[in-house]
Amino acid sequence: MIRLKHTAAKGDFRLDVDIEVPDTGITGVFGESGSGKTTLLRCIAGLEQGGGLPAHRRNVGYVFQQPTLFPHLSVRDNIEYGAKRARTRRMDSAKVVGILDIGGLLDRDPGSLSGGEAQRVAIAAALLRSPDLVLMDEPLAALDRDRRDRLLPYFDRLHDELPVPIIYVSHDIEEVSRLCDHLVLLDAGRVAANGDLFDVLARTNVPMLSGRNAGVVIWATPVDHEDGLTKFDFADGDIWAPGEFETGRNPLRLRIAASDVSITRERPAQSTILNILRATVEKICSVDDATALVRLSIGHQDLLARVTNRSVRCLELREGERVFAQVKSVTVKH
Amino acid sequence: MNLFGPFWLSIQLALVTTLILVVIGTPIAWWLSRTTTRWKPAIQAVVALPIVLPPTVLGFYLLILLGPDGAIGSWWVRLTGDALTFSFTGLVIASCIYSLPFAVQPMQTAFEALPDRYLERAWTLGASKLDAFFSIAVPMSLQGVVSGVVLAFAHTLGEFGVVLMVGGNIPGETRVVSIAIYDHVETLNYAAAHRMSLLLLAFAFVVLAGMFVFNRRRGAR
Repeated sequence: MIRLKHTAAKGDFRLDVDIEVPDTGITGVFGESGSGKTTLLRCIAGLEQGGGLPAHRRNVGYVFQQPTLFPHLSVRDNIEYGAKRARTRRMDSAKVVGILDIGGLLDRDPGSLSGGEAQRVAIAAALLRSPDLVLMDEPLAALDRDRRDRLLPYFDRLHDELPVPIIYVSHDIEEVSRLCDHLVLLDAGRVAANGDLFDVLARTNVPMLSGRNAGVVIWATPVDHEDGLTKFDFADGDIWAPGEFETGRNPLRLRIAASDVSITRERPAQSTILNILRATVEKICSVDDATALVRLSIGHQDLLARVTNRSVRCLELREGERVFAQVKSVTVKH
Repeated sequence: MNLFGPFWLSIQLALVTTLILVVIGTPIAWWLSRTTTRWKPAIQAVVALPIVLPPTVLGFYLLILLGPDGAIGSWWVRLTGDALTFSFTGLVIASCIYSLPFAVQPMQTAFEALPDRYLERAWTLGASKLDAFFSIAVPMSLQGVVSGVVLAFAHTLGEFGVVLMVGGNIPGETRVVSIAIYDHVETLNYAAAHRMSLLLLAFAFVVLAGMFVFNRRRGAR
C-alpha cells in the first residue's frame, strides 16, 4: 500500500488527506473542480511550497494536463531527460516506446506533434525516469473527444504491461470508470470515499455520486452476437449491449448509469427495453426531496437505480423485496 | 596603433564587462522574474536607474564612490595599493553598473514568459533547480539571454559620459574609442575621428544585425 498523508492550505481552501491506496494498478482521484485533486498531486510530487523533500529527490513521475514537452529538445531527448537523471534505470526504454507506439516520433521536433502524440511522449518521459509512482493530472482533458478515445487503449496497455502504480486525477466519472481499479473521491479537500472502484461506485451513501455521476461498472464477458448487439455474461446474469464485440475474450467493463435503470414489480409483458433482470432491493437511500438511489442486487452484482421518492411510495418498495430491473442503456468501456 | 589602440581597449572593456554581467546579471534577472517580494518594484527601479540617469550623474557618483576616499575606492586602495578611479578596473566596475539594466531586462522579460510548468516538469524528471535552470530555462529563453549579452556588450562599447567622469583619458588604460573620437574632434582632426567613428558604426551594425539574424532563426523554428 502507498500512504498518502498531505495537508495544504490556500486562502480558504484546506486539503487534508490521510489514506492508503494500492501500490499496483490505477487509482483514480475523482472530484469536482476545486476539490483539491491537483493540489493533492502537487503535494505528492513535492511541487507545493513547504512540502519537505524537493521534487527532484522524490522518485515520482508527473504528467501534466497540457502536454508539456521541452521545445528545444528532440522527442528522443525529451524522453531521455528523465532517464539520464534517474538514480536507477529499471524501466526498459524500448518497451515503453513500444507500448506507447512513439518509435516513429523520436527524431521529430516536439512542436510538430499532435496533442495526443505529445501526451504519449510526456508519459514515456515520466515512465523512463523509473519512478516508484506516476501521477497523472487529467492527461486527457486538453484533448478532443476523438483523440481521447484513441489514447485510452494506451493506458490499458500501461496498466497491463508495466508494474508501476499510477494515480490518475479526473473530473470525468466515465473516464475513471473506464481506467481505474481503485477510486478515491475528493470533496472540498477531504476524502469522501476510498476503496475498490466497483465497490465505491455501487455505494448509495456518497453524496458526490448521487447525481448524474451515479452508476455502476460491471465486468462482463462477450459471449454472443445477434442483430448488431452483443450478449455479455456477468457473474449472475447476462445483458445485451449495442455493438459487436469479439467473443471469447477477456471480460470488458460495462457502465450502467443509475438514471438508465428503472424498477417494476411485475415483469413487463411487452417492452422496448431489452434488458429486464430479476433483482433484489438491497438499499433505498433518499438523495433529495424528489429522488432516491436504490441499490439492487442481481446475485453478487450490484446495480444502482435512480427513481423518484414518489415511485418508491407508490410501489411500496422495501429493502429485501424481489423486483425487476429494466436497464435502458449499457455503455461498453473497453 | 592610433586607430586600433582605443578601439581594442573598448572591446576589452566590453568583453570583460559582458562576462561579469552574464555571471551576476543572469541570476538577478532570474530572481526578478520569479520573486514575489513586495520590494520587487524598488529593486527593479534601482537596476533600471542607469537607463534614465544622465551618464554624468552616474559617473559623478561613481567617481566619489570609487575615489581613494570613497567607500569602495578606499577599500580597494587598502587591498591593492592602487586607486580605482582613472584605471581600467575602475572602468570595468563603472561599466558593469552602467550596462546592468541592458543585460538584465531582456533576460528578465524572457524568463517571465517561461511558464512554471516547464520547470516543474524538469524537477519531477529528476533535475535539481540549478540543473533545470541551465538545461531548460536558459535554452528556452535563449533569445532574451543573447539579447541581454549583445546589448550589454554594445552598450559598454558606446559609453562615453561615465568613462569620462571615472576613467579620464589615459592612453592604453582608459582612453576608449568614444573618448578618442571626442579628442580628435576637439583638436579638429576630423579625418581620424571619421575613421574611428566609421569603424565603431560598422562594428555596432554587424553585432546588432547578427543578433537579429540569430533571433529570427530561433523564432522561425
